[in-house]
Amino acid sequence: MRKYVPKDNVQGKSYYTDRFWVAPRVPREEVTDAHFTGVVATLGVLAKEAHVELGQLIVHIDARDNVAVIKALKEACGYTQCSEQSAVDYLAKDGEFELFYQLLNVNEAKRARVVCRIKKGEAIESIVPLFNSANFAEREMFDMFGIKVNNHPFLKRILMPDDWEGHPLLKTYPLHGDEFASWYEVDKIFGKEYRDIIGPENRDPAKVDRHDTKRFARIGYEVPFGTDISEGETQKEIEYSEALLVNYNKKESKTLDKRR
Amino acid sequence: MAQHQVNYASSAGLPIALTSVDKLVNWGRSNSLWPLTYGLACCAIEMMASGASRYDFDRMGTIFRASPRQADVMILAGTLSKKHSEFARRLYDQMTEPKWVISMGSCANTGGMFNTYATVQGVDRIIPVDIYLPGCAPRPETLQYAMMMLQKKIRRESADMKKNTKQDLTNQTGKRARLI
Repeated sequence: MRKYVPKDNVQGKSYYTDRFWVAPRVPREEVTDAHFTGVVATLGVLAKEAHVELGQLIVHIDARDNVAVIKALKEACGYTQCSEQSAVDYLAKDGEFELFYQLLNVNEAKRARVVCRIKKGEAIESIVPLFNSANFAEREMFDMFGIKVNNHPFLKRILMPDDWEGHPLLKTYPLHGDEFASWYEVDKIFGKEYRDIIGPENRDPAKVDRHDTKRFARIGYEVPFGTDISEGETQKEIEYSEALLVNYNKKESKTLDKRR
Repeated sequence: MAQHQVNYASSAGLPIALTSVDKLVNWGRSNSLWPLTYGLACCAIEMMASGASRYDFDRMGTIFRASPRQADVMILAGTLSKKHSEFARRLYDQMTEPKWVISMGSCANTGGMFNTYATVQGVDRIIPVDIYLPGCAPRPETLQYAMMMLQKKIRRESADMKKNTKQDLTNQTGKRARLI
């Protein structure tokens, strides 16, 4: 029989969390695969470190060699697709961004990831001459992390508006946005002087303000839009299904004559 | 053969209906609510289903129009991102008075589950809303009910444009539109 656990206030309590839990790392394996061994041999000294994770080759390189490495992978090793390119924010831990390029070899059914690290404020060389798919990916990386890409054909924000401030995928960026983000639409549409009229964002979806006649309707006790009811609203119930046309005929207008 | 006698001349028989101008105008307005063909996210799928043959908005006189100049109702169906808010407001401004707004679904009402930096936390921050429609996503029946509630609301309103306009029409010189 299962052990009895008291269920008092079970929903009120937070779930048990292990404070010392560490996310397990993907095990790193030696490069033993024949194809991957050939890839590492082709890269030579450009590959600072290479290992295999989950059947994928991970190559750590110097950030200045990224175009040379990816060109070698594309032209000599058959990695003809760049499926993803982005960055990871390790600024708090190491003061660096980790950039990765995920490459695919269709003929060999192999994937390789090229990983390099750059410091904050450093730029990376674009690989758009090699892979056109990196065009949008590098723009997104610039948008989300603020990492500049040298010689990119059209480096501008891709997801956020052009006049946005801040880079949302940085770990220092708050999820609910900074002050600029929380007032963005008000500033843009109405102007900063309307901040006082519209008020701050309501992040509580269950909030109901019965005195707010602009946002909340009182069905049956309605008042015109924007009326001040802080003094108390009139308790006059409104009849909705009122007849459109008033029938002034008290008796039937059409009568069937009696035949006999 | 049945013989009918219609007493036109008698006091009860005249084919005359009496009503007020308000009721007549609102009868016309409420029974030809033309929403803007404007979907933002998954709620727009339900909105399309409401317009299609199974739920059939047309029988209520609700016909989606492709231009804001011809539309009376704006159904904000879905998540409004901050990047898009400017354009939603521009579409609203292009609609002619009288105009009404239905905020469809949790995302449009309060931002919903997108409690983030990139989502407008309730479309009423930028557009005055008449009907808030809960649900994620609301079923077509819910949208139809909202439309019927809006019709009832319109029938109660004054037909006088000056009394129920949502924008300050006197402020023509100002660069930005007034909210209220």
